[in-house]
Amino acid sequence: MEALISLAVRSIFIENLALSFFLGMCTFIAVSKKISTAMGLGVSVMIVQAITVPANNLLLTYLLAPGALAWAGFPDVDLTFLGLISYIGVIAALVQILEMVLDKYFPPLYNALGVFLPLITVNCAILGGSLFMVERDYDFAEAATYGLSSGFGWALAITLMAGVREKLKYSDIPNGLQGLGITFITAGLMAMAFMSFSGVKL
Amino acid sequence: MAHKRREMLIDPLVDNNPITLQVLGICSALAVTSSLQVAFVMALAVTLVTAFSSMFISMIRSQIPGSIRIIVQMVIIASLVIVVDQLLKAFAFEISKTLSVFVGLIITNCIVMGRAEAFAMKNPPFESFIDGIGNGLGYGLILMLVGVVRELFGSGSLFGITILETVNNGGWYVPNGLLLLPPSAFFIIGLLIWAFRSWKPEQVEEREYKIQTVETH
Repeated sequence: MEALISLAVRSIFIENLALSFFLGMCTFIAVSKKISTAMGLGVSVMIVQAITVPANNLLLTYLLAPGALAWAGFPDVDLTFLGLISYIGVIAALVQILEMVLDKYFPPLYNALGVFLPLITVNCAILGGSLFMVERDYDFAEAATYGLSSGFGWALAITLMAGVREKLKYSDIPNGLQGLGITFITAGLMAMAFMSFSGVKL
Repeated sequence: MAHKRREMLIDPLVDNNPITLQVLGICSALAVTSSLQVAFVMALAVTLVTAFSSMFISMIRSQIPGSIRIIVQMVIIASLVIVVDQLLKAFAFEISKTLSVFVGLIITNCIVMGRAEAFAMKNPPFESFIDGIGNGLGYGLILMLVGVVRELFGSGSLFGITILETVNNGGWYVPNGLLLLPPSAFFIIGLLIWAFRSWKPEQVEEREYKIQTVETH
């Protein structure tokens, strides 16, 4: 249990997906102009991340890993090279299913998140989360914790960023730096602030 | 026609750069640039994947039903990325270890999807191929620029060859450690965008709020 809590803290603050691995940057920059939309997107990413990482973990353990197909009578088959295409398939399918479920049972939530859901399939934070899970050999419990907390970390980062940008639009910025340029520099300063967490020993 | 093709190749380098203007594919631009060799391999991989995926998608563009086109594009892109990933693992294992998840993330790199959706779905295969190469090169250009700054001033070398002898090895140059850390990439790209836009003022974004100067007496 303690190990899981420290994994969660580490993936929210120290190894923040957005600010120390730069994942999901396209949406991070594009959809962080208003706090409310940024929070909507952040929450959807968190939900999808919390579902896809454990789902891909199951897929890896029972279908793709070397020897995983022993239950079907193929103990020597190693399908790990199909990993990338299966993970993205799972993500695309889950996003689609989630969209339908939300539409049917939670219409208010669907209306709030609806526009962002298709965007999430191509958000690299989601695929990145699954790939990190594979690279670091997480088991199912770790994968579930990692999915939820890394999604939370991303949501936190984009919300903070939107807060800064809402204030920033009133400032007098040099012409060439207007818009994209200043956003990058703000993100850099935020990444530096988040680096101070790396001193935390867990 | 030949003139138009050359334009398609050159246009994404500065005038319509995928990173500084279209804001596509930033994730990997930041993460893999701490050494030039890795940045170079990454740029090459993205260029090849963009070019070939655009070409294949363009070949079958009239057969793809509109409602499932994203999935079809994804499958083509993912298959190409798997090929690149396996090739890197076979012939450049060290680099593939450093790139870690970022090779896989080419799948969700918005440049590849963006060009497939915006260009390849409407144009013939050869043009799409050229467009893919051009956008890959525009991405590569920024990657290399950032990589040069980060590696030269962060560890005093280029492509692993020492240019500025660092203090640790008995030289005179004190390396700037910040440039090897993630945040520096944000600053360098931010400043690059500033430089690009001062050079090409038509790329400057409109202000949301005009600042009025108050006359003082």
